[in-house]
Amino acid sequence: MRHETLLALTALLAAPLPAGAQGFAGMGTDAEGFATPAPDPRFEFPADHGAHPDYRIEWWYLTANLEGPEGTAYGLQWTLFRSALAPGEAEGWESPQIWFAHAAVTTPEAHHAAERFARGGTGQAGVRPDPFAAWIDDWRMAGESFDDLTLRATGPEFAYEVELTAEGPLVFHGDGGYSVKSEAGQASYYYSQPFYRAAGTLTLPGGEVAVTGSAWLDREWSSQPLAADQTGWDWFSLTFESGAKLMAFQLRQTDGGTFASGTWIAPDGTTEALGDGALTATPLEETQVAGRMVPTRWRLEVPARDVAVTVAALNPRSWMDTSVPYWEGPVRVAGSHAGRGYLEMTGYE
Amino acid sequence: MTRAALSALWSFWRRNPLQLFTLVAGLALATALWSGVQALNAEARSSYDAAAAVLGEGRYDQLVPRSGETIPQETWLTLRRAGWQAGPVLEGRLRAGETSVRIVGLDPLTMPGGAGPVTQAGDAPLATFLREGTLFAHPEVAGALTAALPRPVVADPGLAPGTAITDIGVAQEILNRPGALSRLVLAETQPLGRPPLAEIAPELVRQTSRQSADIGQLTDSFHLNLTAFGLLSFAVGLFIVHGAIGLAFEQRRPMVRTLRTLGLPLGRLIALMAAELAAIALVAGGIGVALGYALAASLLPNVAATLEGLYGAQVSGALSLRPAWWLSGLGIALLGTALAASGAFWRIARMPVLAGGGRRAVALPAGRRHGRQAALAVALMAATPLVLWVADGLVAGFVALGALLLGAALALPPLLDRALALGARWARGVRAEWFWADTRQQLPGLSLALMALLLAMAANVGVSTMVSSFRLTFTGFLDQRLTAELYVETESAAERAALRTLAAREARALLPVLTVETRLAGRRAQLRGLRVGPTYSENWTFLAREGAVWDRVAAGEAVIVNEQLARRADLWPGATLELAPGRSLPVAGVAGDYGNPLGQVIVGEALFRDLFPEETATRFGLRTETPQALRTALVEEAGLDPGQITDQSALKAFSLEVFDRTFTVTAALNVLTLAVAGFAMLMSLLTLAGMRVPQLAPAWALGVTRRTLGRLELLRAGVLAGLTAAAAAPLGLALAWMLLAVVNVEAFGWRLPMFLFPLDYARLGLLALAAALAAAAWPALRLARTPPSALLKVFANEA
Amino acid sequence: MLLEVDGLTKSYAGPEGPVEVLRGVDLALDAGRTLALTGDSGSGKSTLLHLIAGLDTAEAGRIRLDGAEVTALDDAGCAALRRGRVGIVFQQFNLIPSLDVAANIAFQARLAGRHEPERDARLAGALGLTPHLAKYPEQLSGGQQQRVAIARTLAARPKLVLADEPTGNLDETTSGAVLEEMLALVAETGAALLMVTHSEALAARMERRLHLSRGRLA
Ligand SMILES: Nc1ncnc2c1ncn2[C@@H]1O[C@H](COP(=O)(O)OP(=O)(O)OP(=O)(O)O)[C@@H](O)[C@H]1O
Ligand SMILES: [Mg+2]
Repeated sequence: MRHETLLALTALLAAPLPAGAQGFAGMGTDAEGFATPAPDPRFEFPADHGAHPDYRIEWWYLTANLEGPEGTAYGLQWTLFRSALAPGEAEGWESPQIWFAHAAVTTPEAHHAAERFARGGTGQAGVRPDPFAAWIDDWRMAGESFDDLTLRATGPEFAYEVELTAEGPLVFHGDGGYSVKSEAGQASYYYSQPFYRAAGTLTLPGGEVAVTGSAWLDREWSSQPLAADQTGWDWFSLTFESGAKLMAFQLRQTDGGTFASGTWIAPDGTTEALGDGALTATPLEETQVAGRMVPTRWRLEVPARDVAVTVAALNPRSWMDTSVPYWEGPVRVAGSHAGRGYLEMTGYE
Repeated sequence: MTRAALSALWSFWRRNPLQLFTLVAGLALATALWSGVQALNAEARSSYDAAAAVLGEGRYDQLVPRSGETIPQETWLTLRRAGWQAGPVLEGRLRAGETSVRIVGLDPLTMPGGAGPVTQAGDAPLATFLREGTLFAHPEVAGALTAALPRPVVADPGLAPGTAITDIGVAQEILNRPGALSRLVLAETQPLGRPPLAEIAPELVRQTSRQSADIGQLTDSFHLNLTAFGLLSFAVGLFIVHGAIGLAFEQRRPMVRTLRTLGLPLGRLIALMAAELAAIALVAGGIGVALGYALAASLLPNVAATLEGLYGAQVSGALSLRPAWWLSGLGIALLGTALAASGAFWRIARMPVLAGGGRRAVALPAGRRHGRQAALAVALMAATPLVLWVADGLVAGFVALGALLLGAALALPPLLDRALALGARWARGVRAEWFWADTRQQLPGLSLALMALLLAMAANVGVSTMVSSFRLTFTGFLDQRLTAELYVETESAAERAALRTLAAREARALLPVLTVETRLAGRRAQLRGLRVGPTYSENWTFLAREGAVWDRVAAGEAVIVNEQLARRADLWPGATLELAPGRSLPVAGVAGDYGNPLGQVIVGEALFRDLFPEETATRFGLRTETPQALRTALVEEAGLDPGQITDQSALKAFSLEVFDRTFTVTAALNVLTLAVAGFAMLMSLLTLAGMRVPQLAPAWALGVTRRTLGRLELLRAGVLAGLTAAAAAPLGLALAWMLLAVVNVEAFGWRLPMFLFPLDYARLGLLALAAALAAAAWPALRLARTPPSALLKVFANEA
Repeated sequence: MLLEVDGLTKSYAGPEGPVEVLRGVDLALDAGRTLALTGDSGSGKSTLLHLIAGLDTAEAGRIRLDGAEVTALDDAGCAALRRGRVGIVFQQFNLIPSLDVAANIAFQARLAGRHEPERDARLAGALGLTPHLAKYPEQLSGGQQQRVAIARTLAARPKLVLADEPTGNLDETTSGAVLEEMLALVAETGAALLMVTHSEALAARMERRLHLSRGRLA
């Protein structure tokens, strides 16, 4: 769930967002004709791995924790965003679909990032469900099936090519993939494939590095912005040594309160939704990066699961200096559970 | 102390308002000419900058088609999918009512610099740009576009003149070129691992940002030209200022002495006088900047037309007030005043307290001063050929020009002195003797005004010679080049076939215009293929030639190059030029090609088709004895649109108009300069008139009537102006020669033959004489009406 | 002692080498005293006055004025001395032509920073200038111009008044009247007066009298 990032990108496009649309969740369409998520979704695959142009926003968001030959830790990000100026698709330059992508490689010492922009309709970017291919320019995530993908991105100072093989089932968040984002009822369709095994090559300024590790892919689409009083977003995707996984997010509000939610994922892929109040995330330490203070060490607690851990950034300077800047990087978990994962934080202005 | 001293200094101007007026007006005029020209330059420059920013020219490398006009959109997609970060641009002209608008379509999402070009189009949100099909247009064309297109049009003064920016999709639609692109703008940083361009898009060439800057150099030359004239005008104005300040200081010598004897320290006195002058300079500078603004506003449309006609650069016809130039106007006014006053200050600083008690009737001691001045003049004029010999480049040309003009100006007073002495020797009769002697005595007081007149006249002679020579040469050149009676623009193969059929039957010859832009001799150049025939061999003249030029060109054994290329790449008959790898041909002739910024190489049609087989001619010239009938046939039988046919006389008229407008600006500046010189003369005579009374009183007392005195004053001005005009003619011709043979070659790449226009010069001389007489009329009249009591007082006071 | 001059020597460049005008002039003048200086035309009287006022420099000798070593002062120092302590009335060309009479009278006092308008008015009245206050110098007769110069000097209340044949342009009677007026006013202000004059009658009215001849005082 990277609502905030995409919202900010949408703001970059200055597409006017409907103020009164939120109260109509589940009614099918909003004021501008976009479809809105409804409870009890029934997904159809592979079609739903593809784009949903009738919804305003959508993404294919992959993060990976990798290791080099000498045990050096690396993080990798590959994200394709879709943001529609109007529902539906059209041929050529007429297309209302705007695509953006972010790619990054994080090492303990450095963080390399790049971004791309495109318009739908010309073939410069898009997503095809079967055989699966998501691409923008020369960046792509594609393969015979969603379980077997090749991932590729290039930037001025880095490049990577990584094979992904799924070793577990898809995981659905919230209520069967219907994920509520605020007390007022904003929601999205949200599922993940957190069980990828990853192996490939990173090209870094120092040369090529062979890497292996695990990856987590998020799929989410919706049409509704966050509530007006929500200022930012802290999102965790953690994989514990026990094999269990945790997705947790909190939306920060202007009044200092939060709306928190998450999913507990057992090693076999069975899930338990964690509602607001079931988890807490508390900043422990901040780092000054890109001229602002960002929390890079957290205390995360899920009492029902006896989880009480500290989550620390591998590289506290994992700043995405993209058109809409945010923090995104690999983390290490210690405490009641050990493990690793990814952290995304937005709205730290 | 300061206030008392200041009030005393200021009282002088209050008591002598005419001198204050001369000073302020001279300075204001000088500043006006200077800052007016600067305003024109600044405006034109910012117009290019806007254009360059929109096009990404100058900043980014670009991919352009190796030949032909467009790039298929698929090529762009292939490049993107291979990782090349390139933004597509489609450019084209759209007729909107009476005007032709340059449409620039771009994709804001992939344009390097992010949404930069869109920010150019005001603060339009990207969604407006992408979704609503909005065109952002320069205000001059916004109205026409609104009327012509059913789309939203937003006027934006930040855009280049005559230009509208819109989304690439919109541009493809309104220009009716679906799937076509003109060029791709490359981002500065590119990702790793891209395949080389030659592998994925061999049909494109990369144009580095520097190559597109050619137009910058050309327009710079034009601006340098303008600046030089601005400086010349400013110099004329400075002569006035120098004269006014010198005179005022001379007259204030007694006051300076009194102030110092009463205990005002010299340092303080000089500081106060400097502050006073600075204040006057600022006021005059302010007036000058305002006048300059008016001047620029009235000349700008001509400059815009000139630049567009000459170089294809778009300049807005509207002027905006820029801090840079009005500050520079005030700065130059201060600087000019400082320059003009430095001598006067130097004299005051060195003057002993007690000296200068008496008022000297005539400001400057002659004799010794003439000697030194003559030496300096000779040195400066000697430096002129030296500079040309040692250095080259446009700046050296102008330095040499400056040395020549300044040297000549300095030489004028000693020369006039000699001439007057000669006159005195030949004079018969006491009255004539007195006239010559008195005129000679007047010379120092008038010499600055006369120098200004000399420069103004010389500039006038020089520039009008250049303009007229240019025009004459150019008309001849047009006759040589625009030989075909009709020119036809075709749009399809079918039209070309129809044209060929019709031409074979009705026309004497069909001449395809085959031109490609390419790189030759290491620079951007045009390659032209000609169907050699009598049309060319009968009409063309060469600046240099070797052998049977046309036969050799027709046989594909030699090429013709234009003068620009010949000079820039040193390609004269006998040299060889590489047309393509392994294909070098000798140069057989060099032809004049006025008005073309690019070098051009001309080959025979067969060779051209060999080198560029994919190039088809879309323009044709038609030779015929009956152009009207052929024109009708083309429309009615070949189905061409009348708009596709241009007749020679219209083309010639248009080209001539462009060149005439080119010099309207310089001509206007010249007339103004002459007017300023006339003003200098008037002011000098008026201020001298007061000091003349003691000199003329004895003559009056001895029996010369006041009427006669007045008439003699008029005659004196006429004699001096006439002598100055005689000196100005050769100086003006020297100036013209330098402009045509030195400055022009450096600025444009071609040298013009010089023609003489004696009638024009005679008219100019008369004009100068008239200006001098007009300037002298009022002072002479005042003299003729001086009351006897004023003349008598001279004797009373002397006692 | 207000003014002391010791061994003052001054020469000008002549066609055949330097011409000595002053050869060791000694002079002393107490505050409030008057001294007449006579001598043939060209004997160097004006030169001596100019040297005392610091308008020119001597080759040798010393001038002490009111405790200051004039001969050691720089340009600015001399200017300050003239502004504050010395008043000069020249033979001619005394006035600033572009200022009217009233402004001319006030001028030196304003420079020195001690201007008193009532004093100006009184001096103008005493010298018969009241009807001419708004006129410009060129509209005055020579005598009137000299009276303006005297008024200007006295308005500035100097300690030493140097007058160089102030009535040289005037006829006997007028000249006498103007000088009477001047003497009275100088006495009233308590200034010392060193006046160059050809007039025996006038010289007689001064407390002391010195004659300059062959470059020396006697
Ligand atoms: N600037 C000068 N250069 C050369 N000689 C000078 C200069 N000023 C004065 N003299 C000469 O010095 C001599 C003294 O001149 P000064 O003016 O002091 O005489 P003076 O006694 O005041 O005469 P007068 O009674 O006529 O005013 C004269 O011979 C004069 O020619
Ligand atoms: Mg004297």
